[in-house]
Amino acid sequence: MQSSAHTADGAAPVPRLAAHFASLEVQTHAARLGMWLFLATEILLFAGLFVCYGCYRFLYPEAWAAGSRSLDLTMGTVNTVVLITSSLTAALAVHYAKEGKNKMVGIMFALTLLMAIGFLVIKYFEYSHKFHIGTLPGRYYTYEGMQMPGITLYFTVYFCSTALHALHVLIGMGVLTVAMIRAFTKADFGPNNFTMVELGSMYWHLVDLVWIFLFPMLYLV
Amino acid sequence: MTPSSSLDTAGAAPHGEHHDHHPSYLVDGTTIKSWLLTVDHKRIGLMFLFWVLLFFLVGGIFALLIRIELLTPGPTIMDAMTYNRTFTLHGLVMIFLFMIPAIPAVFGNFMLPLMLGAKDVAFPRLNLASLYIYLAGAVIALWGMLNGGLDTGWTFYTPYSTHTTTTVAPVLFGAFIIGFSSIATGINFIVTCHTMRAPGITWFKMPLFVWAIYATSCIQVLATPVIGLLLVLVTVENLFSFGMFDPARGGDPVLFQHLFWFYSHPAVYIMVLPAFGVMSEIVSTYSRKNIFGYRAVAYSSLGIAFVGFFAWGHHMFVSGQSTFDAGVFGVLTMLVGVFTAIKVFNWIGTVYKGAVDFKTPFAYFCGFLFFTVFGGMTGIALGTVSLDVPWHDTYFVVAHFHFIMVGATIMAFLAALHYWFPKMFGRMYHEGWGLVSAALIILGFNATFIPQFLLGNNGMPRRYYDYPERFQALNVASTAGASLLAFGFIIIALYLAYALVYGKAAGKNPWRSKGYEWVSESPPPTHNFVGPQPTFPEEPHFYVDPKKAEVPDAV
Ligand code: HEM
Ligand SMILES: [Cu+2]
Repeated sequence: MQSSAHTADGAAPVPRLAAHFASLEVQTHAARLGMWLFLATEILLFAGLFVCYGCYRFLYPEAWAAGSRSLDLTMGTVNTVVLITSSLTAALAVHYAKEGKNKMVGIMFALTLLMAIGFLVIKYFEYSHKFHIGTLPGRYYTYEGMQMPGITLYFTVYFCSTALHALHVLIGMGVLTVAMIRAFTKADFGPNNFTMVELGSMYWHLVDLVWIFLFPMLYLV
Repeated sequence: MTPSSSLDTAGAAPHGEHHDHHPSYLVDGTTIKSWLLTVDHKRIGLMFLFWVLLFFLVGGIFALLIRIELLTPGPTIMDAMTYNRTFTLHGLVMIFLFMIPAIPAVFGNFMLPLMLGAKDVAFPRLNLASLYIYLAGAVIALWGMLNGGLDTGWTFYTPYSTHTTTTVAPVLFGAFIIGFSSIATGINFIVTCHTMRAPGITWFKMPLFVWAIYATSCIQVLATPVIGLLLVLVTVENLFSFGMFDPARGGDPVLFQHLFWFYSHPAVYIMVLPAFGVMSEIVSTYSRKNIFGYRAVAYSSLGIAFVGFFAWGHHMFVSGQSTFDAGVFGVLTMLVGVFTAIKVFNWIGTVYKGAVDFKTPFAYFCGFLFFTVFGGMTGIALGTVSLDVPWHDTYFVVAHFHFIMVGATIMAFLAALHYWFPKMFGRMYHEGWGLVSAALIILGFNATFIPQFLLGNNGMPRRYYDYPERFQALNVASTAGASLLAFGFIIIALYLAYALVYGKAAGKNPWRSKGYEWVSESPPPTHNFVGPQPTFPEEPHFYVDPKKAEVPDAV
């Protein structure tokens, strides 16, 4: 079954309308709605962790205070800034895609990806420090400096949520890489055909948004 | 629409022969690849049907093994550990691989676009992906079950599930993956309802089956991620002892129960709402009447979906919950009963003074009404804290959930299978056999589970391998009922398989239904409609005068 009509070669980017949609607007609307719903499920996925966080924070307030003080606030803050900036470049990519400036789309996504790598590198240093001193979840917790009920649970929540977030960073990077390559090689994004760029950067905003929740929860309060 | 179809003539030639330009979806491409890589919602629905039936068979065989084991006190055919694995496998397969996808993934997939006058669902490739994600999850979970097995029951309660030495990780990971399939299907249906309705189909002209699937999809999308996360946490904990739900490390096992039932209570509506939707279609078609209180039925689906999210605590009345919480959850539980009652009264109102055409699907409707009302009443009883405390974790609960969710879903699944069989395959099955097997199934079901109500009330706990002598008579009765049930299913399999090959040609609209899905050919062509997109000037359940048997083909 043919699901998309392909364009004549060389012509200006022509939007692809799948056979089963009534019009392009409807098709874009559907894609956007689908993505919003998907993002809602992603937030709900993290919401489960937030509930665990809330419950245990309530049960072990001292451990939570001590745990969050032991994190490196500088690294966390830098990472937050890096991620917010990367969200900005992702948004700019959408802006350029609508104008058909494919090269700029590629560059913006490349910048986003660069910052994503930066984020992960910083995360790597944070993790390795914890592995080193032994502030690890559950039975792996060996750190002598902080001993109180619930402290291992703090690190369980810390590692589970940051690891899940990091996994989302990786997935997002995969999506943006594909979009970037398409922008550079095919250059077919334009005023009528930017859904992929838009949805990709929406996903990236989600990654950013989740971090904006995690950062104050884990590092600040 | 092309007015005539060659399939209308009895004993017509094989499908498609006269449809050179618009072959039915069944014969449009006959290679294996054209099936496995299809993006046609109808073929995907059919493939789901195949797998769902297969898993139903697997789960059914394990159900019979459970029943045979419980025929006598003490060991009968297996040891205690095998028994634990058997009921876990039974529950898991039935819930995650049969009940949850059964109606939405098979009939939802097949009928939703037809009922909306659309050529396909919004994201056909995502639709195909959801089939393969489902299969991948099933393979991983079953592989785990066969290599070590899981003995926690399908509820995976911690801290037992984080400590048991049986294979937790692959089974839970498999279930996690199946969740993605469920989410993908849900998103697809919601977007389809929002963007693909044919001109003229406003929200309140959508068939009630579509409403039910829509409400179900909302629950799937909202609840599944939470259990997805939970399954991952339990898996991680089982592998690495992170202590998230382990009291020995300061974790809280009751938190697990909260999160688990936050999904799993709404999940029972994922199973039963589509069943309600099917019944609304059937009751209208066979009573030849517009559905009584269409809006009330539509809204009550949303109402059930909504309050379903606030009732989970009734699974935890004995978990040390405060009396106040228990009271609140009890009241919220009963609200679900109110919305269900709205539907029940509307169905009865529809049948009242209708010109009832007592065909097989209508027989299932009658069984359904009984199971829903009876099972629902026991649910209300269980929602009463003082009654739940003695009944908790006894066979009373087993009987209750089998009555309401299995009873209602199985009735609806079989009703849908018979009602839409002509649409899907263009053939008719034998009505006499249909009625006989429906009677057998309904009888067998009652014979299986009514004794379990009595057992539970007398204090036999669930998930027990052994029991005192005095429970035996009722257990034998239950096993006898289960055999009757199995017998009924075998008959259905036989005559439907026969009908598939030798059945009379059905014609476009053998039930003379006003449902939108009958506007297209039976079986429909690949893009659902020949010619331009149809318009639907009338409401989906609009019968002018029930007493006039002459109901013209829908426009
Ligand atoms: C042939 C009909 C069936 C029979 C005879 C049967 C029998 C049983 C029995 C004896 C149990 C064990 C209860 C216990 O030990 O606690 C059980 C559990 C269960 N059954 Fe069925 N069953 C049947 C069909 C189904 C179907 C179609 C479903 C689909 C949802 C289903 C879902 C469950 C669930 C969820 C459990 C609970 C498993 C657990 O507690 O881990 N059953 N069934
Ligand atoms: Cu419940």
